[in-house]
Amino acid sequence: MSCIRSIVAVSFLASIGVSTAVTAQEMISDTTARKQPLTTWGVQLEEFEYRYSDDDEELGVWNADAFYGTDEFKVRLLTTGEYEIEEQAYETLENQLVGQIPISKFFDAKAGVRFDTPEGPDRTYAVLGVAGLAPQWFEIDANLYVSKDGDTSAELDAEYELLLTNYWILAATLDATVAFSEDREIGVGKGLVSTETGLRLSYDLIDRAFSPYVGVVHERKYGDSADFAEADGGSTADWFAVIGARIAL
Amino acid sequence: MNSRLGSVLLSLLMSASVMAGEYNLTVDRVEIDTGDFVKDGIGYNGASPGPVMRFKEGENVKINVTNNLDEMTSIHWHGLILPFDQDGVPGISFPGIKPGETFTYEFPIQQAGTYWFHSHSGFQEPDGAYGSIVIEPEGREPFRYDREYVVQLTDKHPHSGDRIMRNLKMMPDYYNREQQTVGEFFSDVSKNGLMNTVRDRMAWGDMRMMKADVEDLQGFTGLINGKGPDQNWTGLFEPGERIRLRFINSSAMTYFDIRIPGLDMTVVQADGNNVQPVSVDEFRIGVAETYDVIVRPKGEQAYTIFAESMGRSGYARATLAPEEGMEALVPQLREPARLTMADMGGMSGMDHGDMDMNSSEGMSGMDHSSMEGMDHANMSNMDHSNMKGMDHSGTSGMDHGSMAMGKEGPSDPFYAKGSGLVPTAANGGKFLSYADLKAQDPLYEDREPTREIELRLTGNMERYTWSINGVKYEDADPIRLKYGERVRFKFVNETMMTHPMHLHGMWSILDVGADQWNPIKHTVSVQPGTTVYMETEVDAPGQWAFHCHLSYHAAAGMFRKVIVEGGPESTQAKTDVIAKDGGEV
Repeated sequence: MSCIRSIVAVSFLASIGVSTAVTAQEMISDTTARKQPLTTWGVQLEEFEYRYSDDDEELGVWNADAFYGTDEFKVRLLTTGEYEIEEQAYETLENQLVGQIPISKFFDAKAGVRFDTPEGPDRTYAVLGVAGLAPQWFEIDANLYVSKDGDTSAELDAEYELLLTNYWILAATLDATVAFSEDREIGVGKGLVSTETGLRLSYDLIDRAFSPYVGVVHERKYGDSADFAEADGGSTADWFAVIGARIAL
Repeated sequence: MNSRLGSVLLSLLMSASVMAGEYNLTVDRVEIDTGDFVKDGIGYNGASPGPVMRFKEGENVKINVTNNLDEMTSIHWHGLILPFDQDGVPGISFPGIKPGETFTYEFPIQQAGTYWFHSHSGFQEPDGAYGSIVIEPEGREPFRYDREYVVQLTDKHPHSGDRIMRNLKMMPDYYNREQQTVGEFFSDVSKNGLMNTVRDRMAWGDMRMMKADVEDLQGFTGLINGKGPDQNWTGLFEPGERIRLRFINSSAMTYFDIRIPGLDMTVVQADGNNVQPVSVDEFRIGVAETYDVIVRPKGEQAYTIFAESMGRSGYARATLAPEEGMEALVPQLREPARLTMADMGGMSGMDHGDMDMNSSEGMSGMDHSSMEGMDHANMSNMDHSNMKGMDHSGTSGMDHGSMAMGKEGPSDPFYAKGSGLVPTAANGGKFLSYADLKAQDPLYEDREPTREIELRLTGNMERYTWSINGVKYEDADPIRLKYGERVRFKFVNETMMTHPMHLHGMWSILDVGADQWNPIKHTVSVQPGTTVYMETEVDAPGQWAFHCHLSYHAAAGMFRKVIVEGGPESTQAKTDVIAKDGGEV
């Protein structure tokens, strides 16, 4: 009984207490930031390191990306470089600018351009790729490149992080490049071109923003690409000791 | 109750004689010192948390809020029943309060109990913009106490809200330091055997979900009334006194399990509404919930109020003592919780017996089928078993101090069967369940709902997107309700996280299977892999916010606008006509 009366009372209350408010106050439409897609950004240097090879070669190496955008569309700048310290020259210098959209629960598609401007001939490619998280926690980044001259190649990047503890992390990386046509000028032969495998032990010193690491990296060239390298007086297989830091801003 | 409402009515009708209190709040940049770190934040009247606002039921309050920030702000009066344009949600109730401006809130206080207030702009609330509300009832309360304290909890993080959101978007596990490690793999191997452990890891790896995904935000310092564990907020008492503790969880993201070793707690109120007293050893307080408990310390000794986070990554601590400076033992944190396949909802059917031991074939089969379809199909099963569980506890069982640890581990009808999140009391005693909450004095007649609205709580942890029915707020149409209807909301949690759902402006009558005694709340926690029902008497016209109260989930899109159509506006129009025609109003 008391409940029924409460309802009457409440609605009556509402009618006298609120009605003026409703008429006085229009129901506004939400134009606040909350109603807009959330825009976010990030900068990550996955690798920022000094490499010392078994041939006493010294390299400064980075592998970084920066993004800006929403869940639906991001612009991403990816940059990779290997700087020969003694010769003061870039062995590799790749910059990519891509747009990125989600295509499945765990994967994004990317499309854009890549500019290679190392010591020696430059190259420009169109890029089409997918990136995301594969089952069993493998981070995958697979790309197809088509150069201005029509040379095509593909690159697969995979990374797995093993948590020794919640701060000590062992990261295994594999980077493999396959060319579907030869580009002799830059030492690329048809077939499997090269692989780079790495093992890095890091410690999260400041959040996940600064994580120093040490590790080993093995670079190898295959088939015609290896022959080209030899002919040019370069090496086909290198071991590096690396020291550096993973940085996220 | 009758006299309570009657007198509100009376006071409104005779506005001349009405009590009216005027209050002032300033919104300020403040410094917050947790004992572990000092950071800049936002507070009220120069401090975070802000003051305890003490109102009287039946009073008309006028609150002048001056914005001393260089950005927009707002204050939402969490749990208060008021006209929608006084509810303080920018873009829904009003445009917000500009820098330098003073906005005056004016509304009648039509209820009593423990509530709180906070900014509804950006991440000002996690940054410190919150305070408490205590409303003294007009009539007598059905319990006695000699002394009362507000015990307001939060999870103060060294990072700003904006930074936390960005980090979570960049790396969803940025703050998770309870992930499974190589060490845990080997300890699981010795417990469950190598093959079982490998299969378990493979099953979770296939879903790309983490058993450790209980708390998105770790690395915080738990505060009670603004004091960190080392600063030890202390409430004094005389032995033998009854103390009413008004627990408020003002955290951005953190659920707390609260106990006071050595003391029984009698829960007398939840979300501001009196409940039939239930004596517990420990209870879990969801984000934005309030619980009032009465304790009666008899000894000339100190007692620790210990609030462990649900994921056991942090804690808040305070002390009740006969004299300042006395301390009691501070317990150790228990082991971090781990989700089970039951918390995945979709998996629960396969979950009985040895939960993790599905063949990996079966698992990958599931993975190929779209997640959505999978969840859906299995959810309906879930739902049935869950309801049965709920009804069961409603009718029998629950009074036997049950929810006991059986062979299958602890259970609670509001958690998925076999869930890794089911709480247990540290002393082996009684842990409060939603199923224990019974309204002391129902506000509404118990009637059949006019319709049901299903809200699937959805998200993608890897992208840190959160949504309702798979749609983020930015893309969503409002939920339209009709004044006078009673809507039954069906929450289906398809994510692996707990979501405290908060409907503004109208009460959430949580279905615990107790019919007219179902408790009346403003925030309802929905555990992973479960379906929870609540009913709402649609008695407040206007437009209202309805969202997950985890700050970063709401900001990521688990948010809706509710529009209540019709109601007194038309009544008003009609009376106008009658008045014009000279009719009797």
